[in-house]
Amino acid sequence: MSEFAVEALSIVRTFNDGEVRALDDVTLRVPRGEVFGLLGPNGSGKTTMIRILSTILAPTSGSARVNGFDVVKQAAAVRHSIGLAGQYATVDENLTGFENLRMIGLLNHLDKGYVVKRARELLEQFGLSDAANRTTKTYSGGMRRRLDLGAALVAHPPLLFLDEPTTGLDPQSRQDLWAIIEGLVETGTTVLLTTQYLEEADRLARQLVVLDHGKIIAEGTSQEMKTRLGNTVLSLSFANIDDASRGSALIIGISSTPANVDGTVVEITVDHGPSAAADALRRLDGARITLAGLSLREPSLDDVFLSLTGHRAEDEAFEQDGDKPKGRRGRKART
Amino acid sequence: MTISSATSSLTGSTPVLSQKSALRWVVSDVLTMARRNLLALVRIPESLVFAVIQPVMFVLLFRYVFGGAIHTKFSYVNFLIPGILVQTTIFGALGTTIGLAEDLQRGLIERFRALPMARMAVLGGRTVADLVRNIGVVAIITVVGIGVGFRPHGSLVAYAQGCLLMLVFAYCLSWGFAYVGLAAPNSETAQAMAFPVIFPMTFASSIFVPLSTMPSWLRVFARNQPVSQTAEAVRGLMLGSPHGNSTWISLLWAAGALAILAPMATRRYRRVA
Repeated sequence: MSEFAVEALSIVRTFNDGEVRALDDVTLRVPRGEVFGLLGPNGSGKTTMIRILSTILAPTSGSARVNGFDVVKQAAAVRHSIGLAGQYATVDENLTGFENLRMIGLLNHLDKGYVVKRARELLEQFGLSDAANRTTKTYSGGMRRRLDLGAALVAHPPLLFLDEPTTGLDPQSRQDLWAIIEGLVETGTTVLLTTQYLEEADRLARQLVVLDHGKIIAEGTSQEMKTRLGNTVLSLSFANIDDASRGSALIIGISSTPANVDGTVVEITVDHGPSAAADALRRLDGARITLAGLSLREPSLDDVFLSLTGHRAEDEAFEQDGDKPKGRRGRKART
Repeated sequence: MTISSATSSLTGSTPVLSQKSALRWVVSDVLTMARRNLLALVRIPESLVFAVIQPVMFVLLFRYVFGGAIHTKFSYVNFLIPGILVQTTIFGALGTTIGLAEDLQRGLIERFRALPMARMAVLGGRTVADLVRNIGVVAIITVVGIGVGFRPHGSLVAYAQGCLLMLVFAYCLSWGFAYVGLAAPNSETAQAMAFPVIFPMTFASSIFVPLSTMPSWLRVFARNQPVSQTAEAVRGLMLGSPHGNSTWISLLWAAGALAILAPMATRRYRRVA
């Protein structure tokens, strides 16, 4: 078997007769036994990639092997070797937690007696034993996600696809899920995770790929990514738009990446916050521009995007959402 | 909630695969899906009302409110009950439409498509679940019918044949309803799309009233359309009265519908996710 759990070569996926290029020449190699992060905003092609790798969707061109099996020619073998869980927590809300796991176990063609045992085991492990016999309609968002993840794990797949597993969750539920994912990797599972959160990718993933409009715009370890990005965002707010535009011209050179101007707020990413802030203050003071406010913060995904692409992450997400052909489900825009 | 304990032993037990031939897998997957759909029927009271209470209301409405004003060769209640049975089984196929549209909307179909299950089990499980539900509803309506004076004169075997015919007919049609469920953007639209078809097919027919009082242009349609043919056949079988070739015509319609609609729905299912 290949040393990679996932090996995707030059994947292209178009929708609407080529009008929308959801994935444009994406090559991915996911090593076994670790968490690999696919980072990007809505509409960047993350979910399309997961759908191709989990055999739900065929690539327009390019090829992919998952656990050594071709996703198009050996789709059945791929399906036997993967688990899929996602932000929509696709559990059947008319079934109980136990019934959901049982159904997925049987559809995975596991032995009947074993499925019952496995369902109880997973419910216990994910803290859902008390809710096992309640319909999942009554579950909280965090409980649904855990059950969804449990469903993906019923057949012990060596590779797990997690599509934005914590999007929309409260901080505690998010921490719980992170702990579960870390535990899974300790036991040898490979995880391909998509996320919109830099923090999540940073915490879980050793290696990252950043997608934007279906193209890979950066790859490396999260540390490399951060170093490249700069460690801190310096945010300056001015009294008026005039000052903001004069100010943004004055601070050119403090950061290696372009400044982002949004109304009266100007932001730059810098390596060392305090010295950059002092430098900016000196320059502005020299031009007699008074600041309304100044702050330093950790960079967000948005900042990664701004520094890598020069545009903000969220702007075009909805129009550019190429993940589904036109006229499909009325679901929210997603990647 | 004890998530921390979860992290230590996530691999847990060793999986045991079940060994079956390919065909038995298809059957097993269809049954797993059908069971899931039937459980939903029990869990959602509205759907049970739709499935059982509504046809009972129809029986009472036509038996006691409209029935007196409708003149038939034999007693109206005997005319009515076989018709209501046919109508109910066809309406039952709407369950397939709504259920599939909801599964798609919620993303469940995506999950199923990533599982090593038989591809046709999602549609097969839906239509089989509706078939099982229809069997139950036919039994209930028969009992209710007898309670309001329905007296089938045909043999028990002929009665069973009548039931079988309409169940087969409704099952074949349900593949068309499956297609609608897959084509609609959500379950509300799916229902709205199905009604313009299901209404004229069931009401412009010989289900509730004899065709003789309809205007001639409507009569031509009503006499020859498949639902009327099925209603004629079922009525004939249950009442032990002559019904011409209607059984064969109804079966031909059913076979034709299945031959066209099942591949259509299957193709749609492949494309949709």
